[in-house]
Amino acid sequence: MAFLKLLRQSPISARIGLAMILINIVAAIFTPWIAPYTETEVVGDVWLEMSREHLLGTDHLGRDMFTRLIYGARNTIAIAFITTILSFVVGIIMGFFAATLGGWTDQILSRIIDILMAFPTLIFALMVLSVVGTSIVALIVVIALLDSTRVYRLSRAVAMDIEVMEYVEAARLRGEGIWWIMRREILPNAMPPLVAEFGLRFCFVFLFIAALSFLGLGIQPPMADWGGMVRENAGAITFGILTPLFPAGAIAFLTVGVNLIVDWFLHIASGLKD
Amino acid sequence: MSGLRGLVIKRILMGLVTIFVISFLIFVGVEALPGDLATAILGQEATPETVAAFRKELKLDLPWYERYVTWLRDFVRGELGTSLANKRPVAELITWRFANTIFLASSAAVVAVPLSIILGILAALYRNSLFDKTISMVTLSTISFPEFFVAYILIALLSVQLIIFPSISNINDQMSFVQKIHSIVLPCLTLTLVVMAHMMRQTRAAIINILASPFIEMARLKGIKRMRIIVLHAFPNALSPVINVVAINLAYLIVGVVIVEVVFVYPGLGQLLVDSVSKRDIPVVQASGLIFATVYVTLNLLADVASILTNPRMRNPK
Repeated sequence: MAFLKLLRQSPISARIGLAMILINIVAAIFTPWIAPYTETEVVGDVWLEMSREHLLGTDHLGRDMFTRLIYGARNTIAIAFITTILSFVVGIIMGFFAATLGGWTDQILSRIIDILMAFPTLIFALMVLSVVGTSIVALIVVIALLDSTRVYRLSRAVAMDIEVMEYVEAARLRGEGIWWIMRREILPNAMPPLVAEFGLRFCFVFLFIAALSFLGLGIQPPMADWGGMVRENAGAITFGILTPLFPAGAIAFLTVGVNLIVDWFLHIASGLKD
Repeated sequence: MSGLRGLVIKRILMGLVTIFVISFLIFVGVEALPGDLATAILGQEATPETVAAFRKELKLDLPWYERYVTWLRDFVRGELGTSLANKRPVAELITWRFANTIFLASSAAVVAVPLSIILGILAALYRNSLFDKTISMVTLSTISFPEFFVAYILIALLSVQLIIFPSISNINDQMSFVQKIHSIVLPCLTLTLVVMAHMMRQTRAAIINILASPFIEMARLKGIKRMRIIVLHAFPNALSPVINVVAINLAYLIVGVVIVEVVFVYPGLGQLLVDSVSKRDIPVVQASGLIFATVYVTLNLLADVASILTNPRMRNPK
């Protein structure tokens, strides 16, 4: 119940952020029950106005926009979430290895990561995707690997501080293996900064996938995805139809929500009191 | 002084090594990945003879290190090969588009940099006021917005509702400078909004940081006006972090330009890169990728050199 207590003391911005995230999670989990139609069903004319039957009108093929938006929540958030998890698993393992082994392992890993980080991520992803093609698996793996460089930096720095503690040394003297030390000694103590970073990285990955889909190189149609939906309906804007703003706004809505929570988290973590 | 010069030279050498390794990564990433490029482009039903001929044309039959050296040598000489999609020289496709991209990015920089520094100074001057809080809220949201959301809102407002600026930014050589500026107002504004937030917040933070120092208190006790303290006493000392964040954002601008170019159908290098990726036009992808990466690394390099030069503490690293 510590969480509820924390929530009661939370500032209004954090509560708004939490509500924004909850709306998205509900949409992503209960998709088929909320959505009035199915994902790719053509229900009417192209770019219909908002009405009782079609809450947000229809898209460029006459599919219900509200339905697509709800399905988009499920697809877009799920893919971004899996990517961020993968990026953290890879980044944390590499970072902890570099910190606990030190020496050459650390030097080689860190130099490789430095160079990867000097490369603009979007350009790198575009180039790799041009070769391996645009599939969801390729998308997840490429972005997760690119993003794990940032996770590596943080987890290495955090693990460096923990690694010199007496209890880690005690574990070493007991003869525990490196894997055990990483998992049982370092990871639990490195959690707080990593959790805050998870929120930030999720936002970044989410926006990144949306950008790639918008460029037509991410999640492919007919799968509903917010970035791709902006691209598909972009033509409507010049007729004064606001359809493309709904998926774009949905992306902004979720990232603002996560950022508000991350701000609050960082505020608590820094120990500041108003 | 020699230590300082050594530090700068070391940093520049590191930048060169980085660019070199990136060129290698681009090459390996694009050409030596699993899967045969020739089959990938020609499709599964291509006969072995066509594939072999195509491989010869792309020089894929040579060992990879030979191809890498040839490719890099040609790139430095400006011979970028020919496009697979339309058989035209890549250099011809890239040059004028790159100039357009630089034009757009620098116009955005000319607006964004002074504006965000001035707003940052004002926010520091009137901190915790309504003005400061409003700016902080607005910038926090523009950071979380995808570029295309900002872009389409601007189009809906300024191009469809008010019909002031075009929603498609087509520019060509026949246009006068004023016409060109008029047609890139919306993409320029989008980029400005996207990069301003970070620069403004950083300027504000840097100045507020300095305001806590004893020499500022001294100036205040002498009875100098607050505006004067901030502009003449605090700002020069906050220059190092400000220059750094400006250079990093200029680097970001070069990359962020890709999406904005696609939204406004602007004839720039980013648009070309995206098109070539979907067409799998490898020589164009490689060349434009390397150009983007070089500009990005160079700007980051300038950021580091500038912060070494403006920060006395950096001159004597431990």
